[in-house]
Amino acid sequence: MIPTEYYIFLGSGLFTIGVIGVLTRRNVLVILMSIELILNAVNINLVALSQYFRSVDGQVFAIFVIADAAAEAAIGLGLIIALFRNKETVNADEIDLLKW
Amino acid sequence: MTLPLVAFGILSVVALVSAILVITRRNVVHSIIWLIVTLFAVGGIYLMQHAEFLFAVQVILYVGGIMVLFLFVVMLVQLDVVMRQPRFNRQWQLALVTVLLLVAQLGYVLYNRGHGLGLPARPVVPEPLRNTQAVGQMLYQNYMLPVEITSLLLLVAMIGAVIMAKKKFE
Repeated sequence: MIPTEYYIFLGSGLFTIGVIGVLTRRNVLVILMSIELILNAVNINLVALSQYFRSVDGQVFAIFVIADAAAEAAIGLGLIIALFRNKETVNADEIDLLKW
Repeated sequence: MTLPLVAFGILSVVALVSAILVITRRNVVHSIIWLIVTLFAVGGIYLMQHAEFLFAVQVILYVGGIMVLFLFVVMLVQLDVVMRQPRFNRQWQLALVTVLLLVAQLGYVLYNRGHGLGLPARPVVPEPLRNTQAVGQMLYQNYMLPVEITSLLLLVAMIGAVIMAKKKFE
């Protein structure tokens, strides 16, 4: 039996890597993928604690998180296509229309 | 070293290494392929915790759905310009300081003055045998309204994605 702490440590590591990706990369597609990494880290924690407390509520929440990830990916990729059509770029630091 | 511990070690090393490769590769297609490896490793971790239904959802929905969507969009977006540009943005030093703060916070919470997580005692109820059955009953009995709201959210996201990706945006 693996201690629940190990799963939490793995989730924290994946979360940190995802945050690094969101903050440092320029490509919007890679930023979206980093968000998927963060959501997976959250899911690992949910499933580990759900297993620890012997109830499947955490797994149900993980399913909701996956459904939200699907919605977020669809919206985000639609935005990227619209953005690329208008500005011919996928770099986050060139999208500064609202910055003064 | 027991067998589950070895399996957990292999899966977590694969997940972390391929996650690092996701955020460092220059080619977006390579990032997507490494992300698929990460997702499979996370699915293996679900399987280790007897969350078989979630493993199936992970493989079918994440790898089969979302990642294919990512690949399609990468094919639609011009890549050869991005390949010659710097990968990281200008404020990456500031971002690394922020991440160090995050790591310090996580370490403080997880260490908790030597108490670890301080989880309450594990309840003695037996583990439900059929995972899919248990999850399905929980979804359609206790979480009926959230399931309906999620279906509405997916509908809104679908319409929104279609409108935003349309040719004429007015």
